[in-house]
Amino acid sequence: MRLEIKDLHVFYGKIEAIKGISVTVNQGEIVTLIGANGAGKTTMLKTISGLRPVASGQILFDGQDISKVSAHDRVSLGISQAPEGRGIFPGMTVLENLEIGKYFRKERKNEMSEDLEKVYHLFPRLKERATQAGGTLSGGEQQMLAIGRALMARPKVLLLDEPSMGLAPMMIANIFRIITEINQSGTTILLVEQNAQQALQRAHRAYVLETGHVVKEAKASDLLNDPDVKAAYLGTGAAAAH
Amino acid sequence: MNFSVVVSQFWPLLINGLALGFIYVLISLGYTMVYGVLRLINFANSEIFMVGTFATVIVSRNFFGFNQDTDPLSGFKLFFAMGACLVASMLVSGVTAVIVELVAYRRLRAKGTNRLASLISAIGVSIILQEGVRILTHSVPMSNPRLLRKFSVVTFGDVGIRVDTLLVIVFAAVLFFSVDRFVNKTLLGKAIRAVSMSEETSKLMGINLNRVISATFLIGGSMTGAAAFLYETVYENTKYNVGFSIGLAAFTAAVLGGIGNLRGAFYGGLSLGLLEQFAAAILGTQWKAVTVFLVLVMVLLFKPNGLFGEAVQQTRV
Repeated sequence: MRLEIKDLHVFYGKIEAIKGISVTVNQGEIVTLIGANGAGKTTMLKTISGLRPVASGQILFDGQDISKVSAHDRVSLGISQAPEGRGIFPGMTVLENLEIGKYFRKERKNEMSEDLEKVYHLFPRLKERATQAGGTLSGGEQQMLAIGRALMARPKVLLLDEPSMGLAPMMIANIFRIITEINQSGTTILLVEQNAQQALQRAHRAYVLETGHVVKEAKASDLLNDPDVKAAYLGTGAAAAH
Repeated sequence: MNFSVVVSQFWPLLINGLALGFIYVLISLGYTMVYGVLRLINFANSEIFMVGTFATVIVSRNFFGFNQDTDPLSGFKLFFAMGACLVASMLVSGVTAVIVELVAYRRLRAKGTNRLASLISAIGVSIILQEGVRILTHSVPMSNPRLLRKFSVVTFGDVGIRVDTLLVIVFAAVLFFSVDRFVNKTLLGKAIRAVSMSEETSKLMGINLNRVISATFLIGGSMTGAAAFLYETVYENTKYNVGFSIGLAAFTAAVLGGIGNLRGAFYGGLSLGLLEQFAAAILGTQWKAVTVFLVLVMVLLFKPNGLFGEAVQQTRV
């Protein structure tokens, strides 16, 4: 697996949200995109998933340009996303939400119990809540369900959009621990986060985005000690800079 | 006004009201399922109903060669002939609905136009279908040969309940619960529900939106077609504009129950059917249509989410 985004430009109407971003994600990595609101992080993930059209540039997945492939076909290529706001189907049970994550797979029937077992192992809470409607879950449980549902598709690369958003500190730590666990079992991860501290601690490499540009690219551990990043995105400096 | 009929003819009114209500239930599925996935009121659904009635009549007259003088059939012949009419009606209505979506809605959607454009397109399709059939049939009504001998199964006083009325109730109930089960239990049904809850997240699940939308039109259209067959079995007559008033009534039923909601269509359809029958008996049949539209106006004014909208949110298509 290798995801390579080259000089990507994306528009919302006349507004250019992504102004020539290049990002590479290698097999086995956790790569994180950090940055403030409006930097273009969510747009990046939506464009990789095919929800937003590419104005120019390339999205190469294992060397093949997928920028014209429809969104649902990208899932079968191996790109899954747990979207911003979690996107749980509120009127469906937890189990139905997980089942629909496998919608496109022909081997659905044979894989179902095995993959459910894996997801329930990662998130025991989901097993307890299996027959409950998705809309009745807490924020943290919904995030677990969103990640679990994306895993049901057996992705080669998992895109996570702000998994920590709106969660209590305990739950954030829990979710990030599980993200590392998922990565260690062989799934490559592209993580978008505003919680730069947690993201940089978990990721291998990181890109800092500002208003549609990449302003910094480095090993995550280096960025944790980078004075600019510290001032802008970590600790108390964050409030002053934004 | 004559309130005494409510007491003296309660059971016939109830059963006939249910039969009419079940026809509304099936047609309102065509409105409500499409609304669920597209947030579009498919005004062409009344014409989907109309082509279904013609399919029934044409198969009966032209394919089997039945006419007004044909004696009612029995046994296997009856079963086969009615089955063929039903299948034809469901197929023609279902396929017409799919084609309407392909031609009139899909391309607008691909261009990202707003819903108003699709709504106008829906009205346009409705006019084209209606006028097309009007020209083809020279505005002449067609009658449906009576295949089923319409005997009374039970009588209340001097009023009998006919076999075709009961057939409508039983058959429509079976169809409705099959669709309800299909939407809740099968994978495609779950995909339809997923799309109705969030288009964008559905795509992230690998759901091919266009395919699910086509399937929705096929199911909604064929249910409307089944209603057309049942309507012809009872009323034995059709005309190019047959869909107009019954379509609006079914749409009202869908709104009454909370549009976008399968069980809402069920409760809304039955309520409206009963209301119409009782209102017609009490006030006189000329008030039938007035009651329907009064209900529509009232619901839109005071309960725009429908009477059962909140309570049955979970079952949303």
